[in-house]
Amino acid sequence: MAREIGEVILDLQNISLRFGGVKALTDISFNVREHEIRAIIGPNGAGKSSMLNVINGVYHPQEGTIIFRGEKRREMEPHMAASQGIARTFQNIALFKGMTVLDNIMTGRNLMMKTNFLHHALFWGKAQREEIEHRKKVEEVIDFLEIQSIRKTPVGRLPYGLQKRVELARALAAEPSLLLLDEPMAGMNVEEKQDMCRFVLDVNDQFGTTIVLIEHDMGVVMDISDRVVVLDYGKKIGDGAPDEVKNDPKVIEAYLGTSH
Amino acid sequence: MFYREAGQFKASYQEDQQIFPIRQDRIGFWVAMAFLFLAVPMIANQYWLQAILTPVLIFSLAALGLNILTGYAGQLSLGSAAFMAVGAFGTYNFMLRIDGMPFLVALVLGGLCAAAVGILFGLPSLRIKGFYLAVATLAAQFFIVWVLVKFGWFSNYSTSGVITAQQVEIFGFAFDTPLLKYLLTLVIVCVFALFAKNMVRSATGRKWMAVRDMDVAAEVIGIRLMGTKLQAFAISSFYCGVAGALYAYMYLGTVEPEGFNLDLSFRILFMIIIGGVGSILGSFIGAAFIVLLPVFLNVVMHTSIGAFVPPNIAANLELIIFGGLIVFFLIVEPHGLARLWQLAKEKLRIWPFPH
Amino acid sequence: MTFFFEVLIGGLLSGVLYALVALGFVLIFKASGVFNFAQGAMVFFAALTFVGFTEVLPGWTGLAEGGRAVFWLAFLLALGSMIVLGIATEKVVLRPLVNQPAITLFMATIGLTFLVEGIAQGIWGTSVRGLDLGIQDEPIMWVLDRADMIVSKFDVFAAAVALVLFIVLALLFQYTRVGRALRAVADDHQAALSVGIPLKHIWAIVWGVAGFVALVAGLIWGARNGVQFALTFTALKALPVLILGGFTSVPGAILGGLIIGASEKLAEVYVGPFVGGGIESWFPYILALLFLLVRPEGLFGEKHIDRV
Repeated sequence: MAREIGEVILDLQNISLRFGGVKALTDISFNVREHEIRAIIGPNGAGKSSMLNVINGVYHPQEGTIIFRGEKRREMEPHMAASQGIARTFQNIALFKGMTVLDNIMTGRNLMMKTNFLHHALFWGKAQREEIEHRKKVEEVIDFLEIQSIRKTPVGRLPYGLQKRVELARALAAEPSLLLLDEPMAGMNVEEKQDMCRFVLDVNDQFGTTIVLIEHDMGVVMDISDRVVVLDYGKKIGDGAPDEVKNDPKVIEAYLGTSH
Repeated sequence: MFYREAGQFKASYQEDQQIFPIRQDRIGFWVAMAFLFLAVPMIANQYWLQAILTPVLIFSLAALGLNILTGYAGQLSLGSAAFMAVGAFGTYNFMLRIDGMPFLVALVLGGLCAAAVGILFGLPSLRIKGFYLAVATLAAQFFIVWVLVKFGWFSNYSTSGVITAQQVEIFGFAFDTPLLKYLLTLVIVCVFALFAKNMVRSATGRKWMAVRDMDVAAEVIGIRLMGTKLQAFAISSFYCGVAGALYAYMYLGTVEPEGFNLDLSFRILFMIIIGGVGSILGSFIGAAFIVLLPVFLNVVMHTSIGAFVPPNIAANLELIIFGGLIVFFLIVEPHGLARLWQLAKEKLRIWPFPH
Repeated sequence: MTFFFEVLIGGLLSGVLYALVALGFVLIFKASGVFNFAQGAMVFFAALTFVGFTEVLPGWTGLAEGGRAVFWLAFLLALGSMIVLGIATEKVVLRPLVNQPAITLFMATIGLTFLVEGIAQGIWGTSVRGLDLGIQDEPIMWVLDRADMIVSKFDVFAAAVALVLFIVLALLFQYTRVGRALRAVADDHQAALSVGIPLKHIWAIVWGVAGFVALVAGLIWGARNGVQFALTFTALKALPVLILGGFTSVPGAILGGLIIGASEKLAEVYVGPFVGGGIESWFPYILALLFLLVRPEGLFGEKHIDRV
């Protein structure tokens, strides 16, 4: 493999998140290294999605610190996370339903566009050049994910599997250094899962993108991830290489239940 | 068979990004333009120019403004007429108080006043959505009209706030006939329609639609909700403001604040619902429809069919038909007449050999 | 000071009327998630239908004009019309729009507003009518004598009617089967369906009750200011009431109505003269707007957490 796992780029320390009286996350610490594929697993309601939402600023934890590329923070807005190179996909597809596939992916590049609405109103010179320049990049992503034939289709008309792929494309268009994937393979059949696994591995391999992913399919998780975090009821109950985690009695208990 | 893109290949992204990628559409567009600029001045009489075509164009511009906000950026507003009023009174005051103020500059400045007020009343959109926001925009509607009536300065201390539009001259050339007013309105509206189209097909429009379709996802890919919403409010209000100024200067001549009432706001909303929410073309179709419908009903009422309609019903037929159409369109075709036009074109591609 | 209390009490009592209109909104919003902009038009429709029937009934039935029998018959007929209107709205307008975005439904009810106003005036005509409930809009002498304050008999009567209505509805929702089913529906449509609550019946009942509330509101409003088109604009003031009180809360609607009513009257009397008067037209909206900036979910509304 060409990629080399590097330094810690994201360090989460003692994160706690509450909604009113409900504790979603309690004192969770783990880190993510450059270029690795880091999986977060756990039963339903374990707080996995909340964890991703904390990382990219949708939720603000009450306690704890997040250090991303040496910068310490507790609170930030999602658009700030985006400008630091964090992109993500959602568990329930969050595409822009009224727009075409192409436009959806183009929005992924909005942070790199420098022209303003006055340029756009004229659509001349600079604005047009920029539009074409970004279109070229977007077409590369489209080629990479093999969705050329649907680029002008409104996303609302696409089947589920393709929508998931378009969402990945939109995230990739931002050329992120850290990519958060929330159940990228949920609800897919075996072939679609294989395709998605291939894309995830290719992204990691070719662009060196660090990936944090939530997934329920244990086969997939064990196959593609470098390290795994296990959450249960908002607490961390396991952390390590897939094989270690698999044999951890606490993890087995959370998943299968044991008699006390 | 006659309307299709077969054989028209796009060799560059630039070609792929044209407003009308299909050649037949381009031809149709230029034919329509030639008709509006050349044929209409020759065939239309004073009544048509003054009472129908000019207001249709002006309302199209207002509908475009509301469509930018509601159709593209997804923020419902019930205060469009108030922003039109700001534009009209703004332009009036710039013309009145600054010697030698060119009309077009005053028009843009009036629009900018509306934009500023739009931003102010758009601020709640940062915290509230949907019909909460719609109710909040009612505040703009009632408050602005009240201010214009109560503070005489805005109408140069005329009774009940009536203003009379000054003579419009551009480079010493007076626009004082219905034909000239029509042509000036047409040019202005075409230019702003082009700007609107350009905005919605580029990054600006994509941001608006992203916020409309899924605001959390938009934020996560780096779109600032605050900036984007306020920008949509500002640009939308600017368009409404310019439309309001044209309403005063090119159409009515004298206007009062009460003329820009809630009913007018509803009318503009109906234009975009019937014409097509989120469609530039739809703004024009909707405006034409809403302006022409009462004219049409009036004609019907004065013919033999009208004799069968009881006078009670006849007086309220307009309300009933407007209301009924809104409900009908929202149920049957939420994207309005513009969508029907698009479907017709799709049918036309394979016509007359559907298989 | 007496004057202040007079204004305050007058404001609170007109607030009761806003609350009555707002109550209709809340009922429908709770049960079907629809923000029924047409509620104001329905109040107008109800009042006009009632007055219309009181005018034509003596001719049809030979009952004495202005008599008790005509009143109650007209009331029942108007109530019937409201129920029919409510059910028709639910079936023709809202059922086909199920699962559409809330904003689409909202716009549909704006269309419905025009439709209802047009139909009401199409049937009964556009002239302004008086409506007499037999209670005079005159000061209560007892209060005038003792506290030297002018409190209108009619306002007190209106407040009493509203109070009774609120209590009856509260009991209905809290202690009857239908009420329980309704609360279940308000909480979660799917879940309510799955435990066998007949959703369609519940909706029909709610629209019927909302029609009843609209009728009561319409009668009181109409008796106060005459039955005329302007009623629909006054009814719009129920919207800021809802923002203040929260869309789902009955106590919120009441408290919101009182706050709006009192504050707009006080503002008109004490602030109005400095800015040229007439601030009642916008004051409730600006108040609601400022309130939204501080507490978007309203006084009693639930805080909303976006899930992604």
